[in-house]
Amino acid sequence: MDTNTKTLGEALRRNGVTRRGFLKFCTATASMMALPPSMVPAIAAALEQARRPSVIWLSFQECTGCTESLSRSHAPSLENLIFDHISLDYHHTLQVASGEAAEAAREAAMHANEGAYLVVVDGSIPLGNPGYSTIAGFSNLQTLEETVAGAVAVIAVGTCASFGGLPKAYPNPTGAVSVSDIVTDKPVINVPGCPPIPMVITGVLAHYLTFGTLPELDHYGRPKAFYGTSIHDRCYRRPFYDKGRFAHTFDDEGARKGWCLYKLGCKGPMTYNACATAKWNQGTSWPVESGHGCIGCAEPDFWDAGGFYNALSVPTGEISRNASYAIAAGVGVGAIAAGINQRTRNKAVRQHAEVTIEDLEKR
Amino acid sequence: MNALKSIPVLVEAPATRDFCYQNTLPLLHEISHALRRLQQEQLPTTIDLNAIPFGPGDEQRLLEFLGRGEVSAHLEALGNSSVWESGYPGIWFIEHRNESGERVAFQMEITTLPAILATHPDDIAESLSSLQKALENPSLGHRIGD
Ligand code: SF4
Repeated sequence: MDTNTKTLGEALRRNGVTRRGFLKFCTATASMMALPPSMVPAIAAALEQARRPSVIWLSFQECTGCTESLSRSHAPSLENLIFDHISLDYHHTLQVASGEAAEAAREAAMHANEGAYLVVVDGSIPLGNPGYSTIAGFSNLQTLEETVAGAVAVIAVGTCASFGGLPKAYPNPTGAVSVSDIVTDKPVINVPGCPPIPMVITGVLAHYLTFGTLPELDHYGRPKAFYGTSIHDRCYRRPFYDKGRFAHTFDDEGARKGWCLYKLGCKGPMTYNACATAKWNQGTSWPVESGHGCIGCAEPDFWDAGGFYNALSVPTGEISRNASYAIAAGVGVGAIAAGINQRTRNKAVRQHAEVTIEDLEKR
Repeated sequence: MNALKSIPVLVEAPATRDFCYQNTLPLLHEISHALRRLQQEQLPTTIDLNAIPFGPGDEQRLLEFLGRGEVSAHLEALGNSSVWESGYPGIWFIEHRNESGERVAFQMEITTLPAILATHPDDIAESLSSLQKALENPSLGHRIGD
């Protein structure tokens, strides 16, 4: 692809971007990457030389909320960053091509950029019946393994891709697992959130575009620049928490005065994300500012964390079950995985027993 | 994305000034330390205001407190940008917007002149060579009515 031979600096100049425009672009990029303003000169130097990486975007068991979030990203602007400065070669929701032509585009990008392309994944991978989620007749697992083989790294966008997310919520009927449960021989960057903050998605892509390296990650594989501080530590309501001033209902005096939402179930203290500063809807607000506690959507198993409105509790997801899936995926999803999934399915069937006409008639 | 503006959402301002989330005051202290550094060591400081956990009304309170000084500039590059000196000289605000008018960066620079306003040395060199080229053009005298 000839686009790979052009640096970002050249591309911007060819488009008539002035030096002040470039400095502005770098300033916005630093802000978006949550890097200090002192990094702007380094970003400018790196962006001068940055080349367009090829990106293949795979969507598995997901609700398209992550793509919705990204396509509403505004900084520096989606068109500039994503469509001009990365080469988005496959994204079955956004691309015009469909069917065989779409799959041919994916294969062509993989072939042309062997060992150098990025794979972005949203959605979890069902290890139960492959029929739960397929693309062009291939199971999600097959597509992921095939596409990732020649990739330089994988970015798991959203809590489903990062940790299994909503599909993995108890009783996990599809045997959903995360990308990092399958991909163990490549760097996997987790960008969780349900959906993730648009600026965080583009910020991670911008980091790779700018420096050609992957950002520093925490123990959950999340970029520290965005997930290094808890919501609680950056929350403007924190002074009320420290003073023990809490809202007890959504319409009491405390709620009206903007006191801490901890007792209404806020998961801010256990949640690491950038909502408190990056905010949502072009910086308009974020959940706590809107008067609702954080639901902890960037953390593993948030859906099973014991109720959004219960004061903080730890996730009740079965840790041993997660480990089983990870092991199963590591051995190539053979007999062990099948056994585990069968057990999971049986359990799900027991808990969500179908009601037949005969059953109804008996009652 | 501009469609968001058409949704009739009214963000209510805090009822009283006591309704303060206490993030403005620590920031003002930080700014005062930066101003001292600028005065004594000629060291400029940039603060990314997007990274400050402002509560409702905090940003507005900061802007009102610092006020506007005698200098403001407008920049048109990849969308509009506004640069203005606050009522406290040496404290500048730089607000960058993209082509859709959305804010993409909001910074404060404690400096003598924000870097984005200064002419880049490479631009000066290019400017000189293009002016010389224009002066060498024989039709110039005719064009400017000499
Ligand atoms: S509202 Fe939530 S995040 Fe904010 S201080 Fe209270 S518990 Fe922490």
